[in-house]
Parts: sequence; C-alpha cells; structure tokens
Amino acid sequence: MSLTLYLPLDAAALALGADEIAEALRTEAEARGLDLVLKRTGTRGMVWLEPLLEIEENGLRMGFGPLEPADVPALFDSAFEDHPKALGPVEQIPFFARQTRLAFARCGIVEPLDLDAYRAQGGMKGLERAMTMTPEEIVAEITASGLRGRGGAGFPTGIKWKTVLEAEGARKAVVCNADEGDSGTFADRMLIEGDPFCLIEGMAICARAVGADRGYVYMRSEYPQAIAMLDASLRVAREAGILGDHFDIEDRVGAGSYVCGEETALLNSMEGKRGIVRPKPPLPAHKGFMGRPTVVNNLITLASVPAILSEGAEHYRSFGLGRSLGTVPLQIAGNVRYGGLFEAAFGMTIGELVEGVCGGTASGRPVKAVQIGGPLGAYFPRSLFDTPLGYEECDAAGGLIGHAGLVVFDDTVEMGAMARFAMEFCAVESCGTCTPCRIGAVRGMETIDRILAGDPAAPAILADLCETMRAGSLCALGGFTPYPVESALRHFPEDFGGAREAAE
Amino acid sequence: MTTDIIARCRGIAAAHAHLDGPLLPVLHAVQESFGHVPVAAYPALAEELGLSAAEIHGVVSFYPDFRTEPGGRRVLRVCRAEACQAMGAAALGEDLKARLGVEWHGTTEDGAVTLEPAYCLGLCACAPAALVDDRPLGRVTADRLERLAREGSA
Ligand SMILES: Cc1cc2nc3c(=O)[nH]c(=O)nc-3n(C[C@H](O)[C@H](O)[C@H](O)COP(=O)(O)O)c2cc1C
Ligand code: SF4
Ligand code: FES
Repeated sequence: MSLTLYLPLDAAALALGADEIAEALRTEAEARGLDLVLKRTGTRGMVWLEPLLEIEENGLRMGFGPLEPADVPALFDSAFEDHPKALGPVEQIPFFARQTRLAFARCGIVEPLDLDAYRAQGGMKGLERAMTMTPEEIVAEITASGLRGRGGAGFPTGIKWKTVLEAEGARKAVVCNADEGDSGTFADRMLIEGDPFCLIEGMAICARAVGADRGYVYMRSEYPQAIAMLDASLRVAREAGILGDHFDIEDRVGAGSYVCGEETALLNSMEGKRGIVRPKPPLPAHKGFMGRPTVVNNLITLASVPAILSEGAEHYRSFGLGRSLGTVPLQIAGNVRYGGLFEAAFGMTIGELVEGVCGGTASGRPVKAVQIGGPLGAYFPRSLFDTPLGYEECDAAGGLIGHAGLVVFDDTVEMGAMARFAMEFCAVESCGTCTPCRIGAVRGMETIDRILAGDPAAPAILADLCETMRAGSLCALGGFTPYPVESALRHFPEDFGGAREAAE
Repeated sequence: MTTDIIARCRGIAAAHAHLDGPLLPVLHAVQESFGHVPVAAYPALAEELGLSAAEIHGVVSFYPDFRTEPGGRRVLRVCRAEACQAMGAAALGEDLKARLGVEWHGTTEDGAVTLEPAYCLGLCACAPAALVDDRPLGRVTADRLERLAREGSA
C-alpha cells in the first residue's frame, strides 16, 4: 500500500528536527511494509508547530505537530487520525486561516522544485500575461497596484522600474536583494526554500518590463539551504526554457557583511569589491551593476509581482491601508508563543498581531517591547500597540516597518543592554565611510555605559551623538541606529537608571 | 604552502573569470576547497583576475566570512542578534566561550571547533539559533551545541 505524506524541508523545520522525523517515518513505513512517498515541501510558516507533518484526506491537508521521532509509531497505529499531536485541517488553524496569502500562496503546499505543481497552483500565469503586454503596460500595472519595496524603504516599485525602462543602456540588469540581514526576518529565506519559482517568475516579469537580459540573486552565506534550493530551481527553470539566452539568472553569495544589504554596497560586493556604500547619484537605476541600468528590489517585492500580474492591480490594491497597499509577510520572532510568518493586508495593529494572533510571549510573561524593522528599527512599548502596521503609520509612531520583522521581548529584557547592542552592531557592521557611523557608534556604546553607571552628563551627550549620526551618515546603518537607541531610552527610561530627568 | 595549492587556486580563478565580478565567487570556492584563503595565493588570483594582490587583500579583509588561516574542523556559528537575545543568546554565547575556552572567532586548542558570531540566521522564530557547519539548529542549549560541534571532529 502506498502512503503519501508531506513534511517541510525549510531550514527552520530542519532546525527543529524535520530530518529526524523523515528518518523515523521511513523506518516505520518499512517495518510495516508500506510504500512511503514522502514529499518535502516548504513550511507553512507556523514555526512553533514544526516539524509539522501533513497527510491529505478528502482534499484537505491534515496536520500533526510539533513532532518528535518518538511520536511516529503511534501515528501509524492511529492510521494518521486520532493522535495527541493531531491538529486537524492545517488551513483551519487560526494563525493560518486569518492570513491572506498572495506571495506565499504555494509555500508549504508544493514541492519547491516541482514545476508542474507550481503551474497547477496558479504559477506562471503572471508571466504568461506579461508576455502579451508591452513593457510600458507591465510597468503601468505594477504602478497601479501600489506595490512598494519590501526591503525597508517602501519606494514605489513601478517608479523604479519605469526609471530603468527609460534609462539608456545596451544591457540592463535585475538584482534581487536576498541579503535579509535584519534580526527577526526570514521571509526571503522561507520563500526561496518553499517556492523558488515564484521569485524566478517575478524576476522574469521584471526583466521583460525593463528590458534586462540578466538577473542576479544576492544571497547570504548564513542561508546554506536556501542557496542550494535556489541553484537547483535555476537549473530546473533553464531546462524548462523559462530561463535561457533571452534572460538568465545567476546567484551570488555574500560573505557575512550586514551593510551589503544596502543596495549600492550590494552592487560593489557583486562586482567583487569591498562592500562599501556608494554616494547617490548616480542611482542604481541609471548606473548599477557594472554600470548598467539596474533594478534592485527586495525578494518579497519581486515575489509579489506574479500575483499582481495574474490577478490584476485592482485585486492587489484592494488589500491594505492608506498608502500601504497589498499584503505584507509579517514575521514574528523572539520570545513569542506562536512565532512564524503571517502574510496579511497592511493595517493590522501591533497588539492584535502580537497578542491576538501570536499569543504573547513564549515564556508566558508579559510582553514588554517589540522591535520592528530589524536592528535599525525602533522598540515599541505596549502603549503604542494600537499602531497599525503600515509604512506611514509606523513612521508616525516614531519607528519603521522595514522588512516587517517583529521581535518580541518579555519583561525580563533590559532595554539599556539592547540600546548598547544597537550601537555595538553599528560599530561591528559599519562600512567605515562616514565618521559619525564608524566612530560615533563606538562612542555611543561608551556613552550608554556611562548612562547606565549613573553619569548625569551622559544622556545629553548621547542625544547629541544620535543627532550627529542621523545627519552625517551616508546610509541608514549609521543614520537609523538612533531609532532603537532613542526609542529604548524614551519608552523605558527606568531601564537606564533614572536617566529620564537628565534627558528631558 | 605548496605550489600545488597555488596552482589549484589559479585554476579556480580561471574557471570563474568569465563572470561579471568574479572575485567573491572565487574566494568562496577557494575557501570551500582549502578551509581558508591562503595569502600566498593572492598573486596568482590577482593575475588570473586582472587585479592587484592589494585589492584581493582589501576584499578578503572586508568580509567576516573569509579567513586567511585554517579554522577548526567544524565551524560553530551562533546567532547574537536581537530575536535570539530575546531567548537568552547572550548567556548562551558566554557559556559556549567558557566551555570551548575561546573568544568569538577563536578556535579550540585541539583544532576541533571555531566559534563565530552570526547576526541572524533566519531562524528567529525558533531562537536561540546556530549553525554547525551548514546544519541549522533551533532552540539550542550550550550543552547540545558543544556536543554537536565536537561530534566527529575530535
Ligand atoms: C544597512 C542597510 C541594510 C539593508 N539590508 C537590506 C536587505 O537585507 N534586504 C533588502 O531588500 N534591502 C536592504 N536594504 C535596503 C536596500 O538598500 C534597498 O532599499 C532595497 O533593496 C530596495 O528594494 P525594494 O525597493 O524592493 O525594497 C538595506 C539598507 C541598508 C541601509
Ligand atoms: S552610515 Fe555607516 S555603513 Fe552607511 S555608508 Fe556611512 S559608514 Fe558606511
Ligand atoms: S536573530 Fe537569531 S536567527 Fe534571527
């Protein structure tokens, strides 16, 4: 008898023992004389349930998790029904049911390298439609969708593509920024490991829109599984003729530098140089990789494109809030009970997500702070939990949404230490071009130490230093490090030993 | 340093020379082959790629991943970033340094393990996280990490 099961191969699932479960399933199936077909998919993004095993019954995928190898024999005994780890239909789990999955529509469902399954689940419809349109029409569709960059800055994607379309150049390039260095983020990784053709399709559409003959995916060395999956998917796409002489994609791998996620440092790195930030102008759209007009987009920006083309701009912009249109893959991590990836329309509040959907902290203690947007993002206290998750909304609350990672901390966190870490991170990762960033961050660490030691003069010095970093930095590494530092100080003065009076 | 290694580095460089911007792919391939980027190979790499040895040095020294001396038989990358800190990564890091008797970037005396800091491994929803070579690990303890890092590398 044959038995088909689905089990993720996503790095987070592996990190929690998915391969050990696979091994136990094979052993058990063999012992029982069953012919096991084990399909390794991406993850659904419900990381607290990993390893999450699925079986299809009457058209529904039923889940079991989080599994340990010792659970496996009883699973077979129960004929994959009544088991203590049974979760029922996976798509009816509230965390999943409440999502709107556009970019992640197939992630966790299909085998990542199965092109037929990709097509059967709606893949390639966007590219097929794009092939019937002129470049100008594609750009207009992206502009109309309201799509903005998911890498952090929220720049309108249609305008960027239009600039490259109109730029003079014998050759043009599309660069996917998959450097994903922000703590608390893993959407890029999860998409590549779970549905790499979605990225390839998005890049192919972009190439057609701007007239590029070459695409590059800049990956990070911290993601070995994603790199292997991308390479494999590129081979499949080449064999299928999706990639070829007309448009091909190469992968490039970074080497542990955070600042290489900044688009001009990234281009330097791809060219084989030190990852140093370039002054703008020229914009990458005019003079990017090897001097060619280049689109640099975040991976999620590009992976959002196929659904916009297949469903239409109107459909996409029917989701969202204000000027933040469409969906965003929110990533909730750190000390959180139900952590993972939650793709939803912009506009849910921080509190609704963190406490409503994600159940508060893993430790069971009260949530004290949520850092949003990575190491350059602000710490939000509970009093700001009614802030809707959107570009302008987070900005108005004194922070930024960035690549949409939310890191949850319980009440044992010491915000003075977190502020100091923000400065330390900036010092470690600075590319060295600007003095306020390179030297200021080191001074910042020292000054925070002085505040924590009770020096009454130090808070004013720190405020000054932050102002200098904001004003005198070429990129957001130096320029935005004041966000986590000052938000920690502003919202949690008690963690700085009574620094409040002096700071105000 | 044998001439053989230099010749092989030259071969790696030649195999990538057709790329636009070949240097990082070359350095990764060299490090993959030898566990580090031998300084003695800079002139050969430079010649194949039309660069100067000083430029190669500049690039190698910029990127944290590249090492010019051999590391341990296993590399243990432990995340120090915020989401992992929310789950105790700071104490984990201190504990590991003490157990292995090294600072960050250090290699144990017996050459078994190199301890490297990482700033996010994309495993933030199962923090604290680490990589032992390429193997991802979530919700780790110092005990388990030390054991896995030493396993088969003693
Ligand atoms: C220090 C620094 C690090 C960055 N890291 C990333 C990153 O890892 N991924 C990313 O997409 N954008 C990153 N960015 C933003 C990029 O510079 C750029 O805005 C983005 O790739 C543009 O794509 P988008 O318009 O699709 O967002 C970073 C910026 C800075 C200043
Ligand atoms: S702010 Fe820092 S990282 Fe950015 S360009 Fe200046 S020195 Fe480099
Ligand atoms: S912050 Fe540690 S894995 Fe992301």
